[in-house]
Amino acid sequence: MASVPAVLQSEWTKVRTVSSTVWTLVSALVVTVAMSAGISALMKATFDELSELEQATFDPTFVSFSGMILGQLAMVVFGVLVVGTEYSSGMIRTSLAAVPQRATFLFSKMAVATALALAVGMVTSFLAFFAGQALLGEHRTTLGADNVLRAVIGGGLYMGLIALFSMGVATMLRSSILSLGILVPFFFLVSQILISVPKAKTVAQYFPDQAGSKIMQVVPDALGSDVAPYGPWGGLGIMCAWVAAALLGGYLVLKKRDA
Amino acid sequence: MIELEGLTKHFGAKVAVDHLSFTVRPGVVTGFLGPNGAGKSTTMRMMLDLDNPTSGTVRIDGRHYRDLAEPLKYIGALLEASKAMHGGRSAYNNLLCLAQSNRIPASRVREVLDLVGLTAVARKKSKGFSLGMNQRLGIASALLGDPEILMFDEPVNGLDPEGIHWIRNLMKQLAAEGRTIFVSSHLMSEMALTADHLIVIGQGKLLADTSMADFIQENSRSYVRMRSPQRERVLDVLRAEGLAAVEAGSGVLEIDGATAEQIGELAARHQITLHELSAQRASLEEAFMQMTAASVEYHAHAAGEHKVPAKAPPGAPGAPGAPDQPGQPGQPAVQWGRSYEERRRRRSSRKGA
Ligand SMILES: Nc1ncnc2c1ncn2[C@@H]1O[C@H](COP(=O)(O)OP(=O)(O)OP(=O)(O)O)[C@@H](O)[C@H]1O
Ligand SMILES: [Mg+2]
Repeated sequence: MASVPAVLQSEWTKVRTVSSTVWTLVSALVVTVAMSAGISALMKATFDELSELEQATFDPTFVSFSGMILGQLAMVVFGVLVVGTEYSSGMIRTSLAAVPQRATFLFSKMAVATALALAVGMVTSFLAFFAGQALLGEHRTTLGADNVLRAVIGGGLYMGLIALFSMGVATMLRSSILSLGILVPFFFLVSQILISVPKAKTVAQYFPDQAGSKIMQVVPDALGSDVAPYGPWGGLGIMCAWVAAALLGGYLVLKKRDA
Repeated sequence: MIELEGLTKHFGAKVAVDHLSFTVRPGVVTGFLGPNGAGKSTTMRMMLDLDNPTSGTVRIDGRHYRDLAEPLKYIGALLEASKAMHGGRSAYNNLLCLAQSNRIPASRVREVLDLVGLTAVARKKSKGFSLGMNQRLGIASALLGDPEILMFDEPVNGLDPEGIHWIRNLMKQLAAEGRTIFVSSHLMSEMALTADHLIVIGQGKLLADTSMADFIQENSRSYVRMRSPQRERVLDVLRAEGLAAVEAGSGVLEIDGATAEQIGELAARHQITLHELSAQRASLEEAFMQMTAASVEYHAHAAGEHKVPAKAPPGAPGAPGAPDQPGQPGQPAVQWGRSYEERRRRRSSRKGA
């Protein structure tokens, strides 16, 4: 069997030698931090205009992650391109000829890219948190407060999982364009719209992004939102189940179909 | 050594490869020949375990490709033109990724880049490469692991004459080192210059598995070219002897089924004046076209335009101009097989005569 460390090294070379890696990950960080900071500043300025309920359930930690709605899209693009360019370039054939063991190939690639996404996600999460708190003024919280550290680390995990989920989907669909065409509107529009429609919400709260993002909330009914029927870790668990399903689907497609 | 056994591939209703069984042996260049769409690339992809066979097996030195730990050290492959590398990565980095996965040192990457003449552009993104440069990059990737078995899918595609010359010599040299070389082409003339052994397929079926020398012996049509002022008499005499003659213009007759000596003696017996008498051999390209005529999938003209030894009356089964069951696209290869056998029989019966 192929040597796993060797394949990991090879996949690391692949990831670091394409320009898309840098621009997607830098975008994820910059967009998330900048937008989170902007919304935090806005919240501070308009705090008095919030309803009493919203003020009572104000969640400074969650507010400082507001930019993830946009920033996660860059993570989606990163995840999709890591796998999708193998197919669009035709490199997949050369890659599989070099590492014919499908599981070794796929999971090494995903491990390397996910580790990178996770590292960038963690840095993003902490930066967004500190920037947000600095701008929230008297409404801020600290890392030491109850559950805050869990939420900030959770933000990093969330970004890594979004990237990994995208890799799984791209392996199933074998095309960057198709994957982006489905994932970007899904996360940015469909999921966001359905979660605010009362009836659809009961389903939408089990979507990977909606369930997973609960880990970033410190106040369960933050800003007057409904309390989900699962806790923060339960939500992350639901997201992990989605990721596992995407990985399994991707692996089966890679194993069964012609390259 | 590569062994194929009953290898078959269906794409939906289309049978791309049909029960192929043959062995590619070390130490020689084995040419893999067939017209466009014959199934060469599909067969090669199955050899690399990229496509799953519908049935049948491929073994590399007795093992399945998927069981090879570091396959680049066993078997190197140039896949179908250019589409096999990431264009956004430099040539060097593309090869480095492959090398690392099979624990091949980075120094070898520089070595093969040098060997194919791409050192100057090693750090350039490969999407700017010309067809020929991409082909060289693909060849470099095949050589990366210094493998015992090398497979090239249409390697001369896109190469300039100097490049063609280079790849020919490279293949011969690699074979001389005792390696197994398997190279596909749809050009008989190219194969005649490089291959020692030939495997010919048409519509996915094996048509011939023979040494190059035997193929030339078997398949190139030999005939006698003759010119005589007494054309009518010649024709009468030939007819009486049961020999077929084809008029080739400007008073030239082409005679099948007899040697120049026999014709000369025949003419002497009948006191016929000859202005020209010579033994001729049709080109290999012509032989190949004849062989695959009925299995050509995408032809510009109707098949059967090529001159065929015209012993069978036109329209008889086996004459390439008259497929036995026109309009049954499902079975042309079967028809072909029959006409091929027919021609073989004719050829050998002629030899015996
Ligand atoms: N992925 C695929 N899906 C459907 N049909 C395919 C696929 N790949 C090949 N085919 C069909 O299988 C047949 C064999 O194709 P293949 O590419 O193996 O031929 P080839 O001998 O390499 O031809 P060429 O000389 O043109 O390269 C063709 O009819 C082709 O249309
Ligand atoms: Mg081909």
